[in-house]
Amino acid sequence: MIDISIQKQLGSFRLDVRFRSDRHTTGILGASGSGKSMTLKCIAGIERPDSGHIIINGRTLFSSDERTDLKPQKRRVGYLFQSYALFGAMTVEKNIMAGAKGSRAERRERAAELIRLLELDGLEKKLPQQLSGGQQQRTALARLLASQPEIILLDEAFSALDTPLKERLQYEMLNILSDFDIPAVIVSHDRDEIYKMTEDTVIMHGGRVCAHGDTKELFEHPKELETAKLTGCKNISPAVRTGSRTVYASGWGCSLETSYEVSSTVKFVGIRAHDIEACDGSAVNSVRVTEERTLESPFEVTKILRTDSGGELWRKISRDERLGVFPKTEYVRLPPECLLLLE
Amino acid sequence: MREALENIDLSPLFITMKTGIVSIVFVFILGLAAAAAVMYLPGRVKWVIDAVLTMPLVLPPTVAGYLLLLLFSLRRPVGIFLDSGFDIRFVQTWAGCVLAASVIAFPLMYRSARAAFEQVDPQLIYAGRTLGMSETAVMLKVIVPEAAPGLISGGILAFARAIGEYGATSMLAGNVLGKTRTIAVAIASEVSAGNFDTAGFWTAVITAIAFIVILSVNLITGKGMKKISGWL
Repeated sequence: MIDISIQKQLGSFRLDVRFRSDRHTTGILGASGSGKSMTLKCIAGIERPDSGHIIINGRTLFSSDERTDLKPQKRRVGYLFQSYALFGAMTVEKNIMAGAKGSRAERRERAAELIRLLELDGLEKKLPQQLSGGQQQRTALARLLASQPEIILLDEAFSALDTPLKERLQYEMLNILSDFDIPAVIVSHDRDEIYKMTEDTVIMHGGRVCAHGDTKELFEHPKELETAKLTGCKNISPAVRTGSRTVYASGWGCSLETSYEVSSTVKFVGIRAHDIEACDGSAVNSVRVTEERTLESPFEVTKILRTDSGGELWRKISRDERLGVFPKTEYVRLPPECLLLLE
Repeated sequence: MREALENIDLSPLFITMKTGIVSIVFVFILGLAAAAAVMYLPGRVKWVIDAVLTMPLVLPPTVAGYLLLLLFSLRRPVGIFLDSGFDIRFVQTWAGCVLAASVIAFPLMYRSARAAFEQVDPQLIYAGRTLGMSETAVMLKVIVPEAAPGLISGGILAFARAIGEYGATSMLAGNVLGKTRTIAVAIASEVSAGNFDTAGFWTAVITAIAFIVILSVNLITGKGMKKISGWL
């Protein structure tokens, strides 16, 4: 469905992205400056790669070998901007009609249909600045669907919204994408958004793809340092292989047993904050720590712990676990099956 | 005083307005086109061309007038060519009034148009293109409406500058009553002739026009003013 290879030099930054995906929704997860938005702009034809190819549903949009470079107008790629990019001087109806093709009557009919489907009834004659954030996004989406795209690109489409609205719109978006049966590429720096909305995930760092795979699999078993960081692993230490199933974590000053075979290329070991357990000091992989600070969130508590060697460990405990019964100094256990071995 | 006012020849008012209206038509179109063209130029070339186009705004109008006089004098090649070839003369003629006013007012229109275009969010342009709109449609339906308040207020400011032009006009077009004497030129010559009542009358007229112009700019760009009042 999507087959891209994009190379582009931007000053000292080099973008070199290659991936293929035939899943319905593909996510690109990366920090700001990783090149994920530039990748989307290349797919839409807003930016031009130096070399490579972009093939969507078997149609070549760009190919440096074949000297193909379709204009954005011919690509049938729907781009949803973070700010929605609604035309301020046009009403909701006119905005949607601007995306449609055909005679005036046909475009009006198409707009009326989308207004009904996206529940924008009664707002036809309103200007974009008179709409709420959710209505603006639905208008932008209706305008984009009116142009009958073969693929939809979402560029940080939910990043500027507050949490309750964000969750509502993500849910609506998933419904629309499956109702209209249009594949989507979703770019975000928000791991929750990528996890919730995509089947396939590409991790980008420094202009390159550093991991690509099934979303659930990638979040559960990250294999690279950047993937672990971007999927939310709070505790990472440099590591040296000391045996087939043991590593020495120099950041925390301890030897750890693992449930998986340690490869010779391992460079880091990580553990997610909610996988760390309290213990009495005699268990496997127990580490002596001093409690430094407690951060409270509505549904969980984060303990910032310091190991004897000066390393830091973050532990997350959900609210319903014996709250407030922790002694000041404690032992924690890093369960062997939860350790992430990273390259 | 009453006698002086009753005998005023109103031709300077008509010449001024006629000059302003004809100039603004040229200036609006040329300023818009120049602003659009300059935006597509590469970096360094852009700044040089931009500086050249802005010069009339910072030069003393008499310098601009003198340069125009040198260029279009009937004793010099360009002037001779236009006169003999096309029967066009700028020195001491109403066409000279229009040329002088246009040259002086042009930078105001050009700079306003550039600022208005630069404020258009590029994402709107990209959105138009990915939706399949042609480049012409993007220009007419997206860019121009978004830039409209800036373009209109630029046009009004340039019109105001054109009707108030004195320095370049007096150098190039001179001071021929009923032909090239505009209000600004009339005030200067009435004062030097000691006719303070007539000068005062024209001052009141031009002040009223200027006030109406600024008021209308404020009404058009009112949104921006509201934002500023939020700082206080």
